[in-house]
Amino acid sequence: MLLEYDIIVVGAGHAGCEAAAAAANLGSKVLLISMSMSNFAQMSCNPAMGGIAKGQIVREIDALGGYSGIVTDNTMIQFKILNKSKGPAMWSPRAQSDRFLFSAKWRELLESIENLDFRQDNVVSLLIKNKKIEGVKTELGLEIKAKSVILTNGTFLNGIIHIGEKNFKSGRIGEMHSEGLTQNLNKLGIESKRMKTGTPVRIDGRSIDYSKMIEQKGDEEPKKFSFLRTPKLQNQRSCYITYTNSEVHEILKTGFNKSPMFEGRIRGVGPRYCPSIEDKINRFADKENHQLFIEPEGWNTCEIYLNGFSSSLPEEIQYKALLKIPGLEKVKIFRPGYAIEYDYFPPEQLSVALESKVIENLYMAGQINGTTGYEEAACQGLMAGINAHLKLNKKPPFVLKRSEAYIGVLIDDLITKGTNEPYRMFTSRAEYRILLRQDNADSRLTPKANEIGLVTSERKNLLNEKQNNISELFKFIEKFKVEPEQINALLIEKETSPIDQKVTLKQLLSRPQIFINDLINNIDVFRDFVKSNIIIEKEDSLEEVEILTKYEGYISKEQDLAEKIGRLEELNINENLDYYKLTSLSSEAREKLNKIKPRTIGQASRISGVSPSDISVLIVYLGR
Amino acid sequence: MLKQSDVMENLVSKIYNINDTICALATPIGVSALSTIRLSGSKSFSIGDAVFKPIKKETKLSDALTHTIHYGVLHSKNTEIVDEVLLSVFRNPHSYTGEDMIEISCHGSVYIQQQIIQLLVDQGARLAKHGEFTLRAFLNKKMDLSQAEAVADLIASDSISSHKLAIQQMRGGFSSKINELRKQLLDFSSLIELELDFSEEDVQFANRDKLSELLDNIFKEINSLISSFSVGNVLKNGIPVAIIGKPNVGKSTLLNAILNEEKAIVSDIPGTTRDVIEDTFAIKGITFRFIDTAGLRSHTTDKIESLGIVKTYEKIEQAVFILYVFDVSLSSFKEINDDVSDLLEKINDKNKHLILIANKTDQLIETPKGFKNLVELETIFVSAKRKENINLIAEFLVKTMESQTNFNNTIVSNARHYEALKNTLRSVEIIQSGIDNDISSDLFTTDIRTALHYLGEITGNITSDDILNNIFSSFCIGK
Repeated sequence: MLLEYDIIVVGAGHAGCEAAAAAANLGSKVLLISMSMSNFAQMSCNPAMGGIAKGQIVREIDALGGYSGIVTDNTMIQFKILNKSKGPAMWSPRAQSDRFLFSAKWRELLESIENLDFRQDNVVSLLIKNKKIEGVKTELGLEIKAKSVILTNGTFLNGIIHIGEKNFKSGRIGEMHSEGLTQNLNKLGIESKRMKTGTPVRIDGRSIDYSKMIEQKGDEEPKKFSFLRTPKLQNQRSCYITYTNSEVHEILKTGFNKSPMFEGRIRGVGPRYCPSIEDKINRFADKENHQLFIEPEGWNTCEIYLNGFSSSLPEEIQYKALLKIPGLEKVKIFRPGYAIEYDYFPPEQLSVALESKVIENLYMAGQINGTTGYEEAACQGLMAGINAHLKLNKKPPFVLKRSEAYIGVLIDDLITKGTNEPYRMFTSRAEYRILLRQDNADSRLTPKANEIGLVTSERKNLLNEKQNNISELFKFIEKFKVEPEQINALLIEKETSPIDQKVTLKQLLSRPQIFINDLINNIDVFRDFVKSNIIIEKEDSLEEVEILTKYEGYISKEQDLAEKIGRLEELNINENLDYYKLTSLSSEAREKLNKIKPRTIGQASRISGVSPSDISVLIVYLGR
Repeated sequence: MLKQSDVMENLVSKIYNINDTICALATPIGVSALSTIRLSGSKSFSIGDAVFKPIKKETKLSDALTHTIHYGVLHSKNTEIVDEVLLSVFRNPHSYTGEDMIEISCHGSVYIQQQIIQLLVDQGARLAKHGEFTLRAFLNKKMDLSQAEAVADLIASDSISSHKLAIQQMRGGFSSKINELRKQLLDFSSLIELELDFSEEDVQFANRDKLSELLDNIFKEINSLISSFSVGNVLKNGIPVAIIGKPNVGKSTLLNAILNEEKAIVSDIPGTTRDVIEDTFAIKGITFRFIDTAGLRSHTTDKIESLGIVKTYEKIEQAVFILYVFDVSLSSFKEINDDVSDLLEKINDKNKHLILIANKTDQLIETPKGFKNLVELETIFVSAKRKENINLIAEFLVKTMESQTNFNNTIVSNARHYEALKNTLRSVEIIQSGIDNDISSDLFTTDIRTALHYLGEITGNITSDDILNNIFSSFCIGK
């Protein structure tokens, strides 16, 4: 058996799976080590992928050749585009997944990759020589050599679960935690801190009275995540909405004196945007009810995830409170909600390639970098896998700019600003929201992934055809002019001013009231053109042309800005620069710059405490 | 302090927009026979052509040869002539910065200098930051390392705090008003971002009508600020000097002595000056605005008079110099000392200059008690009535202004704020037209971000974290 690899990935969650797949697909010999081979890509919290900003990330992962989108498409039980009314930049795909199929599909895909080996064991320390990685040591006493190691340990490092006054060591409910590695890393000079997160109760669907709840169906015409030809969703399962009430709140309050959060037993910082139910009641006392979502965990299971009811109160309190919720009067609990505390490594300690600045060829991705969410973890895994492979092949790191991808925003935020609470992506974190849309993730990123060799020919061809369609469509609508009598009836009907001379289709399409389908339906020549020329993924191409036309002004404005700022991203800073010698810098800037060691002037400008005049000073010194 | 920003800073990080055309005064501020204003960047010639009317009508700066000089006048949009000037044309790369460049030789009045800079800004130039010409010269390989290092030090000395200080000095309540508007817009922005990032959840929606109302408010405020604030005005209006003191110590007489005219009502009845009387006076080219105030009596029953005293404190707020006048023939040093410490406590701003004026030296029979202490406090001894030593006050004011590096910054930042105010106005209009046309929220928030950025340029920048923090602290979100 081979005990020497190019890359070892430690942990098989969303980050680990993407990392292993990417590195192996690029050609590295990869070993994926997991504490449990039957728990690949677990959905430890809600059985859903995507959502606002997160859905965009999944599309980006897919465009880059990652698997999260493909796995989701194959295993989802409901699909929705969120924020449909907020404009294309906000359209966010979200899917309910079959949690069990999701894990199985991941394993199936991973097993189909040639260079990828698996092993069930627990990594307890790293083999290091001269601050460079040499491999890992496992609990079973194995020493496995590798040129690079990617850590994706999730919440398992010194994980402690809290339920009321009970607490015990665990990485996820029912699973062991992992000890030793944090201590080992601390000794090597890598700092660690604690974070906290939580998950709600899982209940028995057979005990729910759905008639007292509001049904939430999926989209009538469900789309999907992957740009590849993954299967379209035929049937869907519904979710349901119910609400808490003051009775529920009163019962929950009786458990506050046993809450590990309020009593101070949990010290790790939890996410403000994902509070436990007790936190919501406590902080927003005047809110009379809170929304709860009933989310099925799969096609063939009665297990239900109660979204919105995350709690670490004692189980009997959780149970008593549940009984007062409409529809849950006869509820049966499968598993109580719990809070978990775990170690993370402040991500300012990483380079833009997600490589440790202390230990060469050691990479970190996912929750151990202080993030939360499957999508956030998966994209880091993908980037770490790509970068570990590239470095071993003496190629420059694969970096996405803030103007190119949410993934770029995420990594830049992590390594530049760090994070004190579990980091989740929001669209408002991106300054180029209009550019970073889910519809154009393929045009933005597939060509880049193609350059490093992570794109299959199928993906490349699909993108080429889509882009061809788009350019043909543009040629047509820019040239073809419509007579007033052809269109004025429609314009009046749509309450927009009629025309008195010929105008191009594009001019019409740029009106907010007019959509591309209106033109197709009303202009025969255009309809015939679309029918005969646009064959592949017709809907996507039409949608893109519509967006690009309507948003032209805003898109070009953001592109200009991105380009201007981009110049700063191209001014590289020598990583060995001794900031303490630059006496013109403010002392705070010197300290921060020395800690973060920004790669470019652009990155330096985003460090808190570094002022514009510090940046001017840096630019001047760059001439050296 | 200004907050270091990230996202917003990125959005419209203007400092490094090396494509911008920049302008600034190249000679020291203050009055001299001539001064030079420099304009550098790709639009230099087109901007120059827009504001310059050459004597030789066929001259166009865009076509002019490098290293040529042109005579003519600079005029504003409504063709009002600002100054007679000589323009030197430098074509890239043969200029100080290595870019297309114009140097304007104009008359050396501060007012004219500012008018010209404002003209250039109105035409699309932007004010250069400290050392930015040199920075460009360096980037265009026009200078060597040692020169560049000197620039680095210069830039470093341009501290952000002096920038902020400058607004406070000049405008008093101005920045707090902007701050309030910015806060309201930020709250609104948070509401809309909440709608976008958490729409799955049970959140309230931002009321567009209220936003329109707010925008209308911002628009009006900014507009009135712009007209009261336009760069020339601040200088034309002069650097505020408040004359304060107890009733009947001769404040109005002093004002008249300085201005050489009977402006204030002068009488022997204490409390005669009930309103604030102001006038401007240029000393060595720097305009000062002298403000006579009602006497500071702690107990007064006269309503009009107490109103006057409230106004007096307002004027102290706005002033850069405070002349504390006292009757040297009647006051004890202790009394003065107590008053001064009281005042210093109230003012509590290191950048205001409190000057002690011992008036009525004509009434002195002997050396006043505590004379030595007064001298140590740099008291100026005058007789307003006989107009003796009034020139010492003038000299002191001028000397202080000239020695003050902040003065320079103040003027620059005034022009800069003018620019930011104008940009804010423009972006507010865009938001409003977005509402009117019912554009989608993703676009709409982009425009709000821009407006917030510009408001932030005046008050200290905002970050996307501000918005998120605002959301997390105000709304119950999260499933």
